[in-house]
Amino acid sequence: MELYGPIVVLFAIALAFAIISVVGARLAGPRRFNRAKNEAYECGIEPTPTGPGGGKFPIKFYLTAMLFIVFDIEIIFLYPWAVAFDSLGLFGFVEMVLFIATVFIAYTYVWRRGGLDWD
Amino acid sequence: MNGLESFGQDPWWLVGLKALAIFVILVLLTLFSIWYERKVVAWMQVRPGPNRNGPFGLLQSLADGLKLAFKEDLVPKAADKIVFLLAPMISTVCAFTAFAVIPFGPVVSVFGVETPLQLTDLPVAVLLVLATSALGVYGIVLGGWSSGSTYSLLGSLRAAAQVISYEIAMGLSIVAVFLTAGSLSTSQIVAAQQGGQEVTLFGTSFTIPGWYALLLLPSFIVFAISVVGETNRAPFDLPEAESELVGGFHTEYSSLKFALFFLAEYINMVTVSAMATTLFLGGWQAPFPASWWPGANEGWWPVLWFFLKVLILLFGFVWLRGTLPRFRYDQFMRLGWKVLVPANLLWIVVLAAVRAGTQQPEWSAQWVGMIGGAFLLVLLVIWFWPGRKKYEQATEPDTGLGGFPVPPLDLQVPPSPRVKRLTAEREPVSVSAGDDATAEGKEG
Repeated sequence: MELYGPIVVLFAIALAFAIISVVGARLAGPRRFNRAKNEAYECGIEPTPTGPGGGKFPIKFYLTAMLFIVFDIEIIFLYPWAVAFDSLGLFGFVEMVLFIATVFIAYTYVWRRGGLDWD
Repeated sequence: MNGLESFGQDPWWLVGLKALAIFVILVLLTLFSIWYERKVVAWMQVRPGPNRNGPFGLLQSLADGLKLAFKEDLVPKAADKIVFLLAPMISTVCAFTAFAVIPFGPVVSVFGVETPLQLTDLPVAVLLVLATSALGVYGIVLGGWSSGSTYSLLGSLRAAAQVISYEIAMGLSIVAVFLTAGSLSTSQIVAAQQGGQEVTLFGTSFTIPGWYALLLLPSFIVFAISVVGETNRAPFDLPEAESELVGGFHTEYSSLKFALFFLAEYINMVTVSAMATTLFLGGWQAPFPASWWPGANEGWWPVLWFFLKVLILLFGFVWLRGTLPRFRYDQFMRLGWKVLVPANLLWIVVLAAVRAGTQQPEWSAQWVGMIGGAFLLVLLVIWFWPGRKKYEQATEPDTGLGGFPVPPLDLQVPPSPRVKRLTAEREPVSVSAGDDATAEGKEG
């Protein structure tokens, strides 16, 4: 546990700095009301009305996030395997080759169905 | 423990001192690298760059920061107030925390206490860096979303998609380092690169550094490309593409909240440079010519080598920005998903096969080769597996009318009896009478 303690100290210093900056800027800066200034910036014209929760966005971003989860899990499996590679022996090598081949099937499927194309 | 005995032994004041030192170094390095970037880009464009505040304009970024502190702190009317406030704080805190496990140097004596020049080290230190850099994306996404502006929303979505795509490439590229070093702890990865290799060439034998950048060159290349995407820097600075998105996710931010985002971006740059130094460039160990000098890796000298390497990598970032135009978004995603990821996976398997064949001679090299060959065969079969027949629309004959729907040209339509009658009635009209008829039509 004493290994993780210093991280909390650095975290606390950074947090204190961030809070002081945000609060300090509030206190130090001027405050002058202006209706146009409080609108969302859109090059000087009236801002586009957005729906609740920020409005719509392209579905491609959602698909990318889903693919990320698949590959991130693959990476998380690869890390402990890589560290313990020398002690796992031939068994570890064969297992990971099978695993990578399995994920490659999914990868090929996504590629062929156009999941990796951006329009 | 597993080689981390020298960590976690510091008295409380030393922990505080080290944490404070890292904080101060990061802030100073940010101020310096903003100036450095502006100056280097200026030289590349044959202009002087900032030169008014302080010697060589060194205090320019400090002046900018102070000026920002006295600007109005705007919160747009459409913004989600709390999230809008939290987002820059998340970015900054995550950026700072990632630096906790970066090794600056070996064990030195600070006020009579023997301690390593590193805040702390964990058995899973690199995971901490990856985790904090991934959490930092929340600051960008929430900041853009909570601004209530279209530009900010699009900028933050781009940033999220970009960072998670390139995080995969980055995560895969450092698997090779863990495979070779056999550890996730940063200090042990540096120690594993210590031993140089004796090479005899043309009768003279010399030592080449055991840096992973040389041993694992493909990994280093992929890492270098993907961290540029990871930190949203040019030529991959699509979340802030000013020609399309004004300022991207920080369009609505002003005052010190904007400064915090700026700070986080530069700290992330420093962090990935320090990570590249630690994982691939031998960490704090002296570079090649200075490594002949026996005292180069002792005492406080390694701090100099470390920052020298970080500054050279930062110069690389600036060089990219000064040289390359911005990518198009689809090209950028294609590079990440279709080039870097499969190349990396293949490289990992090749490296594992080579390591299995050389490090453990009791495994028959034939076996490893056979498994590797079978694996490549399987990949090829998967890749060229016949897919479903694509639905193809029946093509129409080219009519020369640009795709306009026309009936077949050789279609024989039986003439209707009514048409026959009409032509029969028109038959007796002579040419001169026809002229009269048109004249009448015009009048009518």
